[in-house]
Amino acid sequence: MATLEIRDLHVSVEAENGPREILRGVDLTVKQGETHAIMGPNGSGKSTLAYSIAGHPKYTVTGGSVTLDGEDVLSMTVDERARAGLFLAMQYPVEVAGVSVSNFLRTAATAVRGEAPKLRLWVKEVKEAMDRLQMDPSFAERNVNEGFSGGEKKRHEILQLELLKPKIAVLDETDSGLDVDALRIVSEGVNRVRDTGEIGTLLITHYTRILRYIKPDYVHVFAGGRIVESGGPELADKLESEGYEAYTGVKESA
Amino acid sequence: MASATNSGSTTAGSIAVREAGAPGELAGPGTGRMVSQPADARQVATASYDVNDFAVPHGREEDWRFTPLERLRGLHDGTFTTVGSPTVEVDAPAGVVVETVGRDDARLGKAGTPVDRVAAQAYSSFEKATVVTFPKELAPGEPVVVRTRGEGATGFGHLIVDVGRFAEAVVVLDHGGKATYADNVEFLVGDGAKLTVVSVQDWDAGSVHLGHHVARVGRDATFKSVTVTLGGDVVRLFPRVVFDAPGGDVELYGVYFADAGQHLEHRLFVDHDVPRCRSRVAYKGALQGADARTVWIGDVLIRAAAEGTDTYELNRNLLLTEGARADSVPNLEIETGEIAGAGHASATGRFDDEQLFYLQARGIPADEARRLVVRGFFAEVIAQIDLPELRERLMERIEAELEASV
Ligand SMILES: Nc1ncnc2c1ncn2[C@@H]1O[C@H](COP(=O)(O)OP(=O)(O)O)[C@@H](O)[C@H]1O
Ligand SMILES: [Mg+2]
Repeated sequence: MATLEIRDLHVSVEAENGPREILRGVDLTVKQGETHAIMGPNGSGKSTLAYSIAGHPKYTVTGGSVTLDGEDVLSMTVDERARAGLFLAMQYPVEVAGVSVSNFLRTAATAVRGEAPKLRLWVKEVKEAMDRLQMDPSFAERNVNEGFSGGEKKRHEILQLELLKPKIAVLDETDSGLDVDALRIVSEGVNRVRDTGEIGTLLITHYTRILRYIKPDYVHVFAGGRIVESGGPELADKLESEGYEAYTGVKESA
Repeated sequence: MASATNSGSTTAGSIAVREAGAPGELAGPGTGRMVSQPADARQVATASYDVNDFAVPHGREEDWRFTPLERLRGLHDGTFTTVGSPTVEVDAPAGVVVETVGRDDARLGKAGTPVDRVAAQAYSSFEKATVVTFPKELAPGEPVVVRTRGEGATGFGHLIVDVGRFAEAVVVLDHGGKATYADNVEFLVGDGAKLTVVSVQDWDAGSVHLGHHVARVGRDATFKSVTVTLGGDVVRLFPRVVFDAPGGDVELYGVYFADAGQHLEHRLFVDHDVPRCRSRVAYKGALQGADARTVWIGDVLIRAAAEGTDTYELNRNLLLTEGARADSVPNLEIETGEIAGAGHASATGRFDDEQLFYLQARGIPADEARRLVVRGFFAEVIAQIDLPELRERLMERIEAELEASV
């Protein structure tokens, strides 16, 4: 059973006046089949955690460890991490001019699976996955994220999640910017993947709204670059009614 | 690309708007630079078939200031030693007439008079010209391929492509081998005719090529060119378009990829002097390696008579490594208020690390991700080449260039 283990993770970014520590000792274990919600106010370091797991070059790990089934994730390149089974659905997916969605998906699937998927099966697989996410077939011919609405970008991220079948998925504010319909469609996509029982999910969010669709097994409150409280789903209910003030001293709803 | 920033290179642009007869020029919006010449400079500038009518450039002239004169092997000042011209071979489908003619052929020089000393030098020095004629209404469906192969010597060339009225022609100019070469290419596009030209400059290392294209576009005629410049130490191309009559439609596309030490320069001039013609220009370049250098000048002049002109030009450059430099100077001069549209865009940006991260985060290895991004960057221009085999060959060449840096 795949396990992502994060131990005492410290991460800095290069700011104008030298390095600035954002993550200050994160401890977390996510196992295949489990869903962990990470909830925290803006600026608490949630995206920094997500990017650090994926290996974004802007973030420097200054201490601690991240392992996937005992393998040292931090020594892997970004693409090695993805091929090892890590997936990051980004808060702000990036535009890639001149590269079509279909070309991108096939190139990614080929890389992750280690061989090019058989064309006929692949076309069917993509089409069915797009149908489930209520994406128009014409979508496949558009350039990656270019001119996509917020909702389209997030559907496209979840489409990749469905096709690439990672062991551990980090979903960074997949709910932000979605209307109720899109939130439901995207959440159903995540739940289909979860229902396979073969994925561990780290669901990063500011608001409790998405937790009505995707039920977490564990909820962690994130503040000041670390996990400050962990519990079950009831912790989300507490955040819903009380906000983050108890953790940050600042009134902010969840 | 969409996220390109103006960094790491000089990018200047200007739009001068001038009513006919008005005394001064106005700077265009958002460009911050006035044109450096009076709007009618081109009408009074030297135009001659004789090289001796031009002063030897010294590098401070507007037309020469980006060009490394010391690397031109005397093509610009007469100190070259001529040993022999490249070989020219033409493959043409049935119906197309291919001739080799001498300097006295009456058809020479019809498209336009040289406005550049090296063009005049080539005109003064070539021995044989190649004339490719598409008789009127001929539409062969297959391209004409003109292969120019350098064999190490210094030489001059002249090519005329004459497309009769309502004919439809596709011509590939394929330059390779090693050469020091200056030439003139004339495109005569008859009334209602369509000419598509793909000009590939893929010279061996150590080559210098100064090329001059003039297209004379007839009434309701269509001229499309795709210029692809990859190989050669110094390549400086000067594509010009003039219109004979209203209704002309011109699209000029270009792709260039400069490696360490290469100087690739494209200076375009679209001269709108008759009403209701359309021009579109889109050039894209990538640079990698120390002292990789590109220059793109896009001069578009809309003269007082050219009412109803519709023009847009674009240049984008992608800096793949440190130490490369792209100059991009769009230059739009408008002498009439009665235009249908006029605009330009220019951007030079570094390779976008966020794109690289996104692709890598989907398991795609870094070198393959770079290939995807560069392929994507050039895709819209390369897609303009309607010849699938050539398109694929050029993409492979571009990827081979890219390999060198990964
Ligand atoms: N590249 C960066 N340079 C400087 N500061 C950064 C950078 N990335 C994030 N930060 C800072 O780190 C903190 C955490 O940011 P982030 O991880 O995006 O938080 P969250 O996702 O919880 O909103 C914020 O104060 C943010 O301004
Ligand atoms: Mg965030």
